[in-house]
Amino acid sequence: MSSEELMAKVENLKKYFPVRGGIFQRVLGYVKAIDGISFGIRRNEIFGLVGETGCGKTTLGRVILRLIEPTAGKIYFEGSEITSLNRKQIRKMRQSMQIIFQDPYSSLHPRKMIKEIVGEPLKIHFFLKDSEIKERVLETLYAVGLSEEHMYRYPHEFSGGQRQRIAIARALILKPKFLVLDEPTSALDVSVQARVLKLLQDLQREFSLTYLFITHNMSVIEYMSDRVAVMYLGKIVEMAPREELFVNTLHPYTISLFSAIPVPDPEVRRRRIVLKGEVPSPFNPPAGCRFNTRCPLTQPMCKEVEPELSEIGENHFVACHYQEKSKVMMEEIPVSER
Amino acid sequence: MTNKELLIIKNLVTHFYTYRGTVKALDGVNLTVGKKEIVGLVGETGSGKSVTALSILRLIDPPGKIISGEVIFEGRDLLKLSEEEIRMVRGKEISMIFQEPTLALNPVLTVGFQLQESIETRNVPRKEAEELALDMLERVGLPDPKRMFKSYPHELSGGMAQREIIAMALVMKPKLLIADEPTSSLDVTVQAQILGLIEKLVEDIGASILYITHDLGVAAEVCNKIAVMYTGNVVEFGDIHTIFEEPLHPYTQGLLNAIPKLGRDLYTIRGEVPDLVDPPSGCKFHPRCSQARDICSKVKPQNVEVKKGHFVACHLFN
Repeated sequence: MSSEELMAKVENLKKYFPVRGGIFQRVLGYVKAIDGISFGIRRNEIFGLVGETGCGKTTLGRVILRLIEPTAGKIYFEGSEITSLNRKQIRKMRQSMQIIFQDPYSSLHPRKMIKEIVGEPLKIHFFLKDSEIKERVLETLYAVGLSEEHMYRYPHEFSGGQRQRIAIARALILKPKFLVLDEPTSALDVSVQARVLKLLQDLQREFSLTYLFITHNMSVIEYMSDRVAVMYLGKIVEMAPREELFVNTLHPYTISLFSAIPVPDPEVRRRRIVLKGEVPSPFNPPAGCRFNTRCPLTQPMCKEVEPELSEIGENHFVACHYQEKSKVMMEEIPVSER
Repeated sequence: MTNKELLIIKNLVTHFYTYRGTVKALDGVNLTVGKKEIVGLVGETGSGKSVTALSILRLIDPPGKIISGEVIFEGRDLLKLSEEEIRMVRGKEISMIFQEPTLALNPVLTVGFQLQESIETRNVPRKEAEELALDMLERVGLPDPKRMFKSYPHELSGGMAQREIIAMALVMKPKLLIADEPTSSLDVTVQAQILGLIEKLVEDIGASILYITHDLGVAAEVCNKIAVMYTGNVVEFGDIHTIFEEPLHPYTQGLLNAIPKLGRDLYTIRGEVPDLVDPPSGCKFHPRCSQARDICSKVKPQNVEVKKGHFVACHLFN
C-alpha cells in the first residue's frame, strides 16, 4: 500500500507518562500508555479503535493529532511526517485534522454563544469578516441538523445530543479531512446515539471524511467501521477489516471481549467466557504477552516472549503465540453454561 | 393478591418541587415483581427508573415528595409504615446497590468495618458479625478476604468495590434486591463477572431483583421480565421474550430498533425527551410517535393487558 492512499500513519509510536514521587519529584517509573503501535488509516475510511478503560485508546487518538507529544515513533499525515513540525507548522496542519470529545457537557464553553463556539476555529485560522463567519457558521449548523435560531443560545439550553451536534459543527467548520472521534456517543442515550451515528455517517459520505472512531461499544464499532483495531494495555492485539474480525476472531482477548458483550436478544444464550481479574496496571505491565495474566490459554512461553503483531490472513493482524490454534483452543475451554 | 407476588406498585406518583415548577418524575407507575423473578426496569435518562427505586424504599428527600400510590411489599404498604418500621425494611428485606460503587463506600472506613457495621445494625453480636462479614467477602469472590477486611475503599478497583457493595447488600439475605445500573461504570469483561456473581448469589438466597438499566443487552441477559419506562410511566410490561420479539408500544419498538446492528438501517425516534415540568398532554409519547392519532394528544392511555402478563399503555391497543 503506497503512502498516498493513507490519510494517517503511525510507526512504532510510544507514549510514556513519567510517574514522579518523593521529595525531589524523581521519576519513579513510566506509565506505558502506548507502547509501540504501527498502523495506517486509509482515505475515506472509518477506522475503529476498541478497548477497555486504560488500554491507551484515548491517548493514541490525541498523540496522532499531536495534542500530546509522543515519546518515540513517527506520525505521518497525508504522506508527510508531522512528528518534527514546530508549533506554527502543526497549527496549520490542524486545519485538516480535528477531534470530537466524549463529553459534550464539558467540551463546550458555558459562557459563549453557539455562534462564537462554532466560529472560533475560523477566527484562529483565518482573517474573516464577521458576516463571512456568520455565513459559514450557519452553513455548518445546517449540515449537522441545527438551525439559525440556535446560533444565539448558550450550551446549557441544549440536550446532550444537540450539544454533540454543536461539537461536530465546530470540528467541521474548517473543512477538515481527518476526524478523531473519541467516544462521541458514549454519554448519550440509545435513541439519541442512533441519530448522532447516522449524522456522522452522512457527513462522512458528504464531505469524504476519514474517521478514527474510538469507542468501547462493540455494536457501535461493528455498525460504523470499515476496519477495526483492538487494543490491550498499550498495544494492538488484533487488527482486521470489520467482517473478518467479527467472523474470524483470533486473539483470545478479542474472543473473550466479544463473548462478554451482552446481546439484546434473549434467544441468544451464548457461551460467555468470563475473564479472570481486571486489566493490569500499565505502570507495570506483565512481562511477555501482556494478556498472559488473564488469558485462558496461557503457556510458559507467553510469560517470557512478547508476541509480535503479524499478518496471518489478508489484512488480518494478530499478536498471539498461538494464533493458528487459539480459535479452536478457546472453543474447547470449559465455561459455566448459563 | 396471590402469594406469588412480592412487590406490587400501584399508581405511584412522585413529584419534585423545583424553582422552575413541579417536575412530575413519576406519573402513576404500575409494576409487579414476583417471587424469585428478575424484573428489568429499562428506559432512557430521565424516564424515572431511579426515582421509582428510591420511592420504593422511601428515600426521596425534599424537594421531592411521594404524592400518592401504593407500594405493597409482602402485603404491607411501605408508604404507610412509620419511619422506624421502614428502616427495618431497608437493608434487611429490601436492599439496594448503586451505579458508582466507589462513591457508595465511605472513604475513611475500612471495607470490613463498613460491612460489619451493616450487619451489627441488625442486632447481630459483634463476633458473629465479623465472621459473617468475612464469609461474605469470600463468597463475593474478593481475593484474600482477611486482608481485604482491613483495606480502604481507595485500594479497590471498580469491580472489587462493586463486589464489596454486593456483599453489603446481600449479607442480610434480603427478599428483594434493587440494583440501579450496577455495571454501567464497569468495563465489559468485569461487567460479565459481576452479572454472573449477582445472579448466582441471588439464586442462592432465593431473592427477587428489580434490575434498573439503560442497556437492553444487559437486560436481555439477566432478566425474566421487562418494564419499559418513559417519562414517569411504565409503558410496556411483559415477559422478556414478548418484549424483545413482539414489542407493541411504539416507544419500545423504537428503542429496540435504535440499537446499532449490522445490515439494518438505524431507526431513529424523532424529537427529544419532553420536559417533565410541562409534559405533553394525553399520551406523553405522542409528539414523537409515528403512529399518533387524534386521541393520543387528548387522553392518557390506560394500561391494558393485551395478552396474559403483557401490559401496554397505548391507544393503538385499547
